[in-house]
Amino acid sequence: MYLKKNIATSESGFIFNPSTGDSYAANPVAAEIISMLKQGTPASSVKQHILEQYEVDTLRLEKDWDDFMSQLKEANLVED
Amino acid sequence: MKESVKPLTIAVTGLNAIDSPGPGVAVIRALRDGLDRPVRIIGLSYETLEPGIYMHDVVDKTYQVPYPAAGSETLLKRLQYIHSKEDLQLIIPNFDAELYNFIRLAPVLKSMGIATFLPTPEQFEARDKVNLYRFGEKHGLIVPQDRIINSVLELSSCEEDFGFPLVIKGKFYDAIIAHTMEQAQKAFYKLSAKWGLPIIVQKFISGTEINIAVLGDGRGNAVSIIPMRKLYITDKGKAWAGITLEDEALIKVASDFVKATNWKGGCELEIMKTAKGELYIMEINPRFPAWIYLTAAAGQNQPASLARMALNEDQPLYKEYAVGKIFVRYSWDHITDINEFHQISGKGEL
Repeated sequence: MYLKKNIATSESGFIFNPSTGDSYAANPVAAEIISMLKQGTPASSVKQHILEQYEVDTLRLEKDWDDFMSQLKEANLVED
Repeated sequence: MKESVKPLTIAVTGLNAIDSPGPGVAVIRALRDGLDRPVRIIGLSYETLEPGIYMHDVVDKTYQVPYPAAGSETLLKRLQYIHSKEDLQLIIPNFDAELYNFIRLAPVLKSMGIATFLPTPEQFEARDKVNLYRFGEKHGLIVPQDRIINSVLELSSCEEDFGFPLVIKGKFYDAIIAHTMEQAQKAFYKLSAKWGLPIIVQKFISGTEINIAVLGDGRGNAVSIIPMRKLYITDKGKAWAGITLEDEALIKVASDFVKATNWKGGCELEIMKTAKGELYIMEINPRFPAWIYLTAAAGQNQPASLARMALNEDQPLYKEYAVGKIFVRYSWDHITDINEFHQISGKGEL
């Protein structure tokens, strides 16, 4: 799953979908993930980075990751 | 010594600004921004409390004109008088109801030296909401199914065909969403009393409302296409805030429409985008929308482009525009004096 190319993001976590006009505010961790995905970082590397940076176990990360991705999909921000 | 340049004199209608505002003030703002020469704006008003009349930094002089129901001959006489005073070079009408008269008068106005840039009578009729479904079928555009009815009894068959909710539309303006037969009947009587018959009953389509401002050159080319999503909608369904979008499918719908019709002039496509991504054309308004200044803000000044084309000047097709440009409408209590009100209501000009 990839972040759509035309999605605009900012360091503060603001996300704008120019196709729909919708905008979202991401929390710092979500903003960090989106920023990495936007740069083309593979999901496995992003997850590894999160595991190293934050106090979270793999099981919890996978659960939250799936939840976050389904939110991004629902918001029409990612594509397969 | 510097030579003074004679201003370009343009007459504009639609100076009203109630909760369903006319496009005139926005059109004038775009003209003043986008034409690289002095402009003198002549306002043409129908009522004495249209705010544009009193906004002297927007409109240089205003003349009252007869209501559309008075017919094109009466309008022509008034325009001849105004032309004798102002030497008009271009008229940009902005109301649906007045367009038919201006379209009819376009050749006469041209012979007087007044340019217009309007759709043909055939183009104007074809996109009328009464003909819209057939229009869509003919040109391969998706339009919600509808029925044109003249009696309240026909609502039953509409329910059988489409189910509730139904969209009940007046001949010229207004639409009411009816969830029950009682609501549909009430809407029928209300709209037929206001706008006459027939009534259009349209299948309800749920989705996101998107409007597209389009400028066609009359030869099948879209000079400019700007899609806008309504961000804040009034209880009359009007956009009080909106944002420009980037969506190739929307551009294609508008481009297909212009190509199919050779549309000449400005227009607004009202689109409903369903969850599946289908783009239904809900209505085609044959003039600029009230939010037209957003096209100028996004880099494609449609009113100024229309003026250039009307005056036979070079106008290339736009390619780029700023996505994510937002307008937020506001209201302002403009202060004027009883003397000004007296002038426009007593003498018909200000």
